[in-house]
Amino acid sequence: MFRRDPIPPGEAVEILLDGQPISARRGDSVAGALLAGGVTRFRDSVVSGAPRAPYCLMGTCFECLMTIDGVANRQACLVTVEPGMRITRQSGAPSLLPEAET
Amino acid sequence: MSAQLPDTAELVIIGAGPAGMAAAIEARAAGAEVMLLDETPAAGGQIWRAVGTAPEARKALLGKEYAAGAALVSDFAACGAHHASGVSVWGVMPDGTGPIHVGVSESGAAGMIETRAVILATGAQERPLPVPGWTLPGVMGAGAAQIALKSGGLLPEGRCVLAGVGPLLYLLADQLLRAGVTPAALVETPSPRRRAALPHLPDFLRTPAFLKGAGLIARVRRRIPVITGAEALEITGESRAEALRYRRAGSWHEIPADLVLLHAGVVPSLNLAVAAGVPTRWNAVLRCFEPETDAAGATDLPGLFIAGDGAGIGGAERALPSGRRAAQAALAQLGREVDPLAAAEAQRQWHRADRGRAFIDRWFAPPPSLLAPQGETIACRCEEVPASAIRDAARLGAPGPNQIKTYLRCGMGPCQGRMCAASVTEIMADESGRDPADLGHLRFRTPVRPLSLAELAQLPAGEAARRAALGDAALPETPLPLPDRSS
Repeated sequence: MFRRDPIPPGEAVEILLDGQPISARRGDSVAGALLAGGVTRFRDSVVSGAPRAPYCLMGTCFECLMTIDGVANRQACLVTVEPGMRITRQSGAPSLLPEAET
Repeated sequence: MSAQLPDTAELVIIGAGPAGMAAAIEARAAGAEVMLLDETPAAGGQIWRAVGTAPEARKALLGKEYAAGAALVSDFAACGAHHASGVSVWGVMPDGTGPIHVGVSESGAAGMIETRAVILATGAQERPLPVPGWTLPGVMGAGAAQIALKSGGLLPEGRCVLAGVGPLLYLLADQLLRAGVTPAALVETPSPRRRAALPHLPDFLRTPAFLKGAGLIARVRRRIPVITGAEALEITGESRAEALRYRRAGSWHEIPADLVLLHAGVVPSLNLAVAAGVPTRWNAVLRCFEPETDAAGATDLPGLFIAGDGAGIGGAERALPSGRRAAQAALAQLGREVDPLAAAEAQRQWHRADRGRAFIDRWFAPPPSLLAPQGETIACRCEEVPASAIRDAARLGAPGPNQIKTYLRCGMGPCQGRMCAASVTEIMADESGRDPADLGHLRFRTPVRPLSLAELAQLPAGEAARRAALGDAALPETPLPLPDRSS
């Protein structure tokens, strides 16, 4: 959906989406970096499991909720990327049961 | 709470857009101690998002008005206010004539700041445009695409269509053209009552906005197809947007699209003000609720002021004097001297910036039919509540939006009604024939942002923490009996 403009970008920073490396730029929001990386599906909705992606990019719509460095339901548009940041997609409603240790 | 946030401040300003920065500069000039809290990484608000760090080439393509924001950002940085960025505010809790508590959260740690005066400068949000298919990936607000461009230099890739109504559609189209992106089309859905703007045209013609706007629209029309007079919109696609369909003169047309950018103007961000207890009024011209304030932005709650678009949509230029006036009112409340000349000057600036708004407000008004969807179109994105369910409940006699919330969970998801409150009121009004002014809107409550239990547990015990956890719900007189755990 998006590409970066040709204006010289900032320093490259690598982040991980579901374990896959994505090249971000220092200062990017997580949502911006993922959109620039060609990501269209950010999560699957809680009620029907339909794919969703950011709608507002300003903290209003809560469509970009993701698990970032182990913390669930963070707004990806309000979090600035850090090198090595681990982002995982959330799918449907979370389980209330404690996660099995693996 | 974080080490860098003090727990008291003389004046707290929330939001680092034009109104918040102007208020901070004004209050600092009078010697007040100012803390400005903002959710984003840098000052500027959405209108001047990232203007302090944007490369010159990007500023050039975003235009003069954008680049001009850099001056205010640097004045603000030099004014001596404590600017806390990346901080979410989840509640403003006035306590009669006593101090106001401001609930904050930063990097997963919650806390409270005690202050004597608060200026809400939280601005506006894009008015949700609930058309069929608007939840698909590949559909966003036009404002969102502009934020992506300002903050990260992102440009639409593939076929991009802009749809809806509002000056932003033309501004964004022009910015994209300058960046080398040619949108496939701009589909405009004007209000059927657009002519109501015409009596206000002479006043608008005398403003600088007229020449700028007319030039902008002409440039866009020369370069991309502009389809005016669309009556309905829908987006089709399986797992992402594939096409925008629009109805014009009764028949449907389709434009293939990878990215559909919707817009229907902006509305005040109400959550913090309403949760604090500020009453709202319906603005029939702008079709939105606004917090009740006086001309300077003072609310009925002692020490609580609202400035800029959050008090009523007027644009960045009007937000600047609005911020100054709110700061002057807050300074008076704090017992500090306000220069009467500065007060008169801010008032003059406000009226100058307000000229032409009456035309713009009416010419770019959204068509009510687009705001009150039918059938399976999703109204509440979080809880996936279709318009038909809200209409059924309205027909069954639901007295107002808050009963709809109880019946259907509209507004109970993570966005807390930001994306559906307007639609719930519009749908109920359409279904019942009642006036939105009488129906009111979803009741927003503290905390206005989701807080984890861990964050709640960090708060110092007391009335403010109780309100954070329970909103304004009354506690029972006697403690609830605890279950017998002996057996």
